Amino acid sequence: MGYPHKSHPQETPVLSKHFGDPAARTLEGWKARGGYTALAQALTMAPTAIQDVVKASGLRGRGGAGFPTGLKWSFMKLDDGKPHYLCCNADESEPGTFKDREIMRWTPHALIEGVAIGAYAIGAETAYIYIRGEFSEPIRVMEAALAEARAAGVIGPNAMGSGKRIDIWVHKGAGAYICGEETALMNSIEGKRGNPRIKPPFPAVSGLFGQPTTINNVETLTAVPHILNNGAEWYKGMCLSSPKSTGSKLFSVCGNVARPGNYEVVLGFSFKDFLYDLCGGPPAGRKFKAIIPGGSSVPVITIEEAEQVRMDYEGFLEVGTMLGSGGVIIFDDAQSMPRQLARLARFYAHESCAQCTQCREGTAWMTRILERIVAGQGTFEDLDTIFDLSESMTGKTICVLSDSCAAPVVSGIKRFRGEFEALITGRRSSTVAVGG
Amino acid sequence: MSHGPSAPAHAHGHGGEAAPYVPVFTEGSARRRELDDLISRYPSRRAALLPALWMVQQDRGWISEDAMREVGEQLDCTAAYVKGVVTFYTMYHQHPVGRHFIQVCTTSPCLCAGADDVVKAFLEHTGCKELGLTSPDGKYTVIEVECLGACGFATPVQINEDYVECVTPEKVPGLLAALGD
Ligand SMILES: Cc1cc2nc3c(=O)[nH]c(=O)nc-3n(C[C@H](O)[C@H](O)[C@H](O)COP(=O)(O)O)c2cc1C
Repeated sequence: MGYPHKSHPQETPVLSKHFGDPAARTLEGWKARGGYTALAQALTMAPTAIQDVVKASGLRGRGGAGFPTGLKWSFMKLDDGKPHYLCCNADESEPGTFKDREIMRWTPHALIEGVAIGAYAIGAETAYIYIRGEFSEPIRVMEAALAEARAAGVIGPNAMGSGKRIDIWVHKGAGAYICGEETALMNSIEGKRGNPRIKPPFPAVSGLFGQPTTINNVETLTAVPHILNNGAEWYKGMCLSSPKSTGSKLFSVCGNVARPGNYEVVLGFSFKDFLYDLCGGPPAGRKFKAIIPGGSSVPVITIEEAEQVRMDYEGFLEVGTMLGSGGVIIFDDAQSMPRQLARLARFYAHESCAQCTQCREGTAWMTRILERIVAGQGTFEDLDTIFDLSESMTGKTICVLSDSCAAPVVSGIKRFRGEFEALITGRRSSTVAVGG
Repeated sequence: MSHGPSAPAHAHGHGGEAAPYVPVFTEGSARRRELDDLISRYPSRRAALLPALWMVQQDRGWISEDAMREVGEQLDCTAAYVKGVVTFYTMYHQHPVGRHFIQVCTTSPCLCAGADDVVKAFLEHTGCKELGLTSPDGKYTVIEVECLGACGFATPVQINEDYVECVTPEKVPGLLAALGD
């Protein structure tokens, strides 16, 4: 459902079906809604059989990279005699993204069920749900649900009477966007500074505490029980365009839009219908101008491009951007793109862990240059400098935080160059009514 | 992910009679039992560092150098190591802050929604002179924070633990009144 709005008839509420319904939060309420049947079934299956179902469903990671989930799970060597770990990534700090928060607030047992199945499928007895420190309400809800599940023996030393141990713990972050990056997340659980690690070794070989580890996003894991309950074919059938993009996906919508919120649609849905019908179009009297469709780390596109797009991994790639985390940030014709992008660059500069020079210096300089342009003191050379900088910020660092700063900025300058030039030449940008 | 609060002028005052540090995790205390329970969830003691620091901050309001030393002793790491971790994460306070710690999200989606004006309203109505400074009565500290992950409910403001969503400048005086002392 389009929480906080009523569900739109064109939505396909699978994960969001019970958003806004407090009765779904309790173990009893969740069981009454069909909960934990998938876990019961999973515990009778071989882990590899679960991996196969998830592979066949086409489920791809919802945390941003879109990596096939079943394939990721199959990288875990099941009989290596080592302890395995599952980390559920609930760091959700990517600007524009606020879907995992709603999953945890409204359907904590859905996530617990997904985590338990995931842990069993990769041979892990322990899973940690890493929740960003700011999310005190989701943490409270998850802790309460976990306590209930433990007390009822759904998880713990003998999960659902299966003889299998599945411990699930919440690990609370303490304020750091970078800890959403999977290797930084593992360092953070280990009680270290959240610096990303060099790969290889990949987490499936040497991850948390040096042991084989899988990291999955909240939404990814929450989809798994539905796949086991309804079958891979059912999930694969939820597809409106590219066969490589299957299932339903939550899109968080924010910025200048009539009805911000979370909307769940089948992948391949028309972005135009999504923007105007589901989200209600622009605020009264305004027009949409630009959209960052996949969380702030992906390239910005124009509304004209957006209106042509199918909402799936391949569709967004075709217009030069990405589906990412599904955080749709909308700017209307009253917004100054230079000002907005300067603010985004400041976000990345603030969040850089500073271990790679290109990122530490690049994000900081990009911010300073953009802020100078916004202040009316920029030059045309500044734009060239930004393009130069972006080269050294892309594909050259341990993680992709610096790439993520360059992507929206460079695409923004390419698509809205007129606004930057207007600020440089001292003219007021014609496309900016206020706030410029 | 805050643009952290500044040290109040008196925080590092020398020469004053500093009260002796009272440990958080004394033998037999509830906090010690909680910490031991946490440690048992991980294969390494050090993994309980972030949770231990959270406990200190909950009890004391901030994390002093003495507290860093104590936590280090509990978890077999040096005070310097603990400080390295404390300084990495923006939610740990290295100085005392106001009783109501107000963090206004100003990242792009909230900027679109007018978060700048919300910041101004908080500064005006709390009597905090600047971002990061605590009001003279010790009641409020206001800072800007990076994305709170509630962008569809712009502007979200985190006051101590809890979020208040869809804050506009007009709502600020009522919100502050409701906080009490
Ligand atoms: C800087 C940075 C921040 C990230 N933040 C998150 C996050 O908050 N949540 C998330 O699920 N993935 C985040 N990711 C992606 C993770 O590294 C990882 O790909 C993901 O959690 C894998 O789960 P999935 O396969 O289920 O998508 C981030 C990546 C980077 C580089």
